[in-house]
Amino acid sequence: MDVAELSTVLVWGATTTYAIALVAFALDMARRAEVLGRAREEARLAAEAEGVPAPRAGLLAMRRGGSVVIDRPGTVSGPGGYRPGKALSIAMSTTVLAVALQVVGTVLRGIAAGRVPWANLYEFTLIATLAAVVTFLALNLRRDVRFLGVLVIGLVTIALGVGLTAFYVPAAGVEPALQSYWLVIHVSIATIASGLFAVSAAASVLQLLKDSWENASPALAHRRWALLDSLPSARALEALAFRVTAVGFVLWTFTVVTGAVWAETAWARYWGWDPKEVWSFVVWVVYAAYLHARTTRGWSGRRASWFVLVGFATVVFNFTAVNLLLQGKHSYSGLTTGS
Amino acid sequence: MAEDVSLPDLGARGTLRWIWRQLTSMRVALMLLMALAVVSVPGSVFPQRPQNPAAVAQYLENNPGVGPWLDRLGFFDVYGSVWFSAVYLLLFVSLIGCILPRLWVHLTTWGARPPRTPRRLERFEVHEVRESDASPEEVIALARTALHAGFLGRFRGFRVDTATEPDGASTLAAERGSLRETGNILFHLALIGLLLSVASGQLLHYRGQAIVVEGRGFANSPSDYDTFETGSAFSADDLVPFSLTLDRLDAEFDIASRPTTFRALVTLRSADGETREDYIEVNRALDTGGARVYLQGNGYAPDVTVRDADGAIAFAGPVPFLPKDSAYRSEGVIKVPDVTSGDQIGLVGSLLPTAVAADGGFFSAFPQPGNPLLVLQVWRGDLGLDTGIPQNVYQLQSDAMTQVVDEDGAAVTLLVQPGETVDLPDGLGTLTFDDLPRFAAFDLRYDPSLPWAAGSAAAALLGLGLSLFTPRRRLWLRVRAGEGEQAGRTVVAGAALARTDDAGLAAELDRVLDAVGTRDEGQDRWTSPS
Repeated sequence: MDVAELSTVLVWGATTTYAIALVAFALDMARRAEVLGRAREEARLAAEAEGVPAPRAGLLAMRRGGSVVIDRPGTVSGPGGYRPGKALSIAMSTTVLAVALQVVGTVLRGIAAGRVPWANLYEFTLIATLAAVVTFLALNLRRDVRFLGVLVIGLVTIALGVGLTAFYVPAAGVEPALQSYWLVIHVSIATIASGLFAVSAAASVLQLLKDSWENASPALAHRRWALLDSLPSARALEALAFRVTAVGFVLWTFTVVTGAVWAETAWARYWGWDPKEVWSFVVWVVYAAYLHARTTRGWSGRRASWFVLVGFATVVFNFTAVNLLLQGKHSYSGLTTGS
Repeated sequence: MAEDVSLPDLGARGTLRWIWRQLTSMRVALMLLMALAVVSVPGSVFPQRPQNPAAVAQYLENNPGVGPWLDRLGFFDVYGSVWFSAVYLLLFVSLIGCILPRLWVHLTTWGARPPRTPRRLERFEVHEVRESDASPEEVIALARTALHAGFLGRFRGFRVDTATEPDGASTLAAERGSLRETGNILFHLALIGLLLSVASGQLLHYRGQAIVVEGRGFANSPSDYDTFETGSAFSADDLVPFSLTLDRLDAEFDIASRPTTFRALVTLRSADGETREDYIEVNRALDTGGARVYLQGNGYAPDVTVRDADGAIAFAGPVPFLPKDSAYRSEGVIKVPDVTSGDQIGLVGSLLPTAVAADGGFFSAFPQPGNPLLVLQVWRGDLGLDTGIPQNVYQLQSDAMTQVVDEDGAAVTLLVQPGETVDLPDGLGTLTFDDLPRFAAFDLRYDPSLPWAAGSAAAALLGLGLSLFTPRRRLWLRVRAGEGEQAGRTVVAGAALARTDDAGLAAELDRVLDAVGTRDEGQDRWTSPS
């Protein structure tokens, strides 16, 4: 087995390990739903016994549930008896193992190709998912955000699976257009920013759910949605999403600027509305709109967080469709063979 | 219902003011940002004339119904269209209207005193009381030093104010975070700078494109370029004279036909006769004559000689063929207008660098010239070059020409290898394939706005970082001499407040209190004693 094959095997291994972690994260979520759902049910029955009418009793239970605060790891104690259990520990340790496998696999990929390992769509997927997981783990060093795991690791597992099956190309050198130190700078930052946007989108999804929960939305009437009690408040989730998005936005601005510098040296113009440039611009504008919406009266909170999701959708489109479907100078998926 | 709705009469001035207020409101800026994202998208969906006019022509031909309408609405030049321009210009007007008043406020409140120390510090979420052995004066001095200490101390930007309260307590009020607004304003001003740079570049730039065959060159003058365009404020007389010769073009490929190297070895001759040799690669442009020369493409230019029916040389020289696939199957036209007598000749076809026969035809297996073969079909008639209408050199205008066929009515196909001479059909003459040099496609560009655009972009990045990552914090201390049990010691009460969610707030207060020589009791630090 040569280095390139070993790299691929390790990435497959990492993907499988992520899948195991995902199952564990999902089991943890199920346990949250179970424990907190039961607690809520009991609270409802207790309220009914006190003579509060049924619909109101449910609502009261919801309110009494309250929220945990984001705090240092290990100190989370949710209401209603949920405590982080074995599933969550297993999920976190398998995630760490998967990251280790992925890092080694990615480094070997670079060694096999004789260059930095981010020059085609398969490799972009490797780096972006790595950035997402590392961000997730790094956030966990400072505060307990393990509840993000099921979404982040879910996205990562899917992305790696698609990367391995649909985007995979053998390790090789790069064409003259990519032979530049800007490949090291511009592409890595772009890919890392994509990973950060994935994490912030996950946080925003949970924020929207939690917000609906806090406002007793009838759409979340099922008792299992009580798992949301184990999450921080919508406000705290919003702050989390904002911080990650802010870092991502600065990195994305850097990406666009360095892209223009590179285009100036390679393509004789710094901006030419190539499809990739168009969509990078669209991504930038959407997140810029998010930052503005956050500080606009009537738009902060729920409405603003939709921008994070739209932004992430444009990131995914920019990442995949623009490379694969639209004709442009950025067709670096490595999948086109020329007819 | 024609009921009289009595709107307050704003008058012309009032209406203008109202429009201005709306335009510079955050809400409208937000709408415009969303609109900008939406109107940018069509440019990635439809072919764009400035980038690819041929694709636009093709699209119009394929969609005769909807095409012209899209054209009229500007969908083939989205970024020059009225609606795109309207959105971004309104956005910039809104931006200017929003940022200038903020700039004024920021400048006039620069260095303002931090807010007075509140009476009850224990009301704040982040607060702490400690004791120190230092005297109250020393504590204040130490705190002041601590607020400005550290590697980034000077840039932390804490403004500090001290006072003495009627009961004798000394207070210290500190505030930081004005850099946040500074960064925000810098970012927006930098965007205006960027827009102005781009606009001035449009006016002052020039760009020329030339296809140059090995051994040949071009001079920096409009007539030597295949295409040449300038901004409206640039005069072609301002061109710095120099000439460039392509000595050799190196192209290397891996076994899968993927290119690994393109390098153009050139000789530059400046106006004063000085020459120097240099090279140009895809990511290495050459600076000369105030402009930069880029290598944008390459291919083969078969060197051929055509003799007419009388045996006179009607055409001789290299003809660039444009590569169409990764194995450099290249297409081109050899136009022979200058025949002694009879019909003009057009030879249309492909060059295959490494020709391989298959299924009655040929394809190219590799981009290097392993087995070069010209596959040409012959046309005779009027090339239409004398009409004065510019022609595409890579296409044959076949309106007034007929294709030469054999007795069976099948098109005559010539197969020529380097060094060979073949007879043209119908006794039109002969064709010799002399050599197979490569050509380089050069772009030459001059844009004096580049440093300004780069500077604006860098300033925008810096401003963005400052505006997003500078915490806004207020910090207060109340220092008094201890009484009773604490006699002889100094009691320091501190509190801190952040304008936004701020993870480092408590640590900042801790840092200052540690510096004034107080002990951290380590208990109930973040909860009220009450």
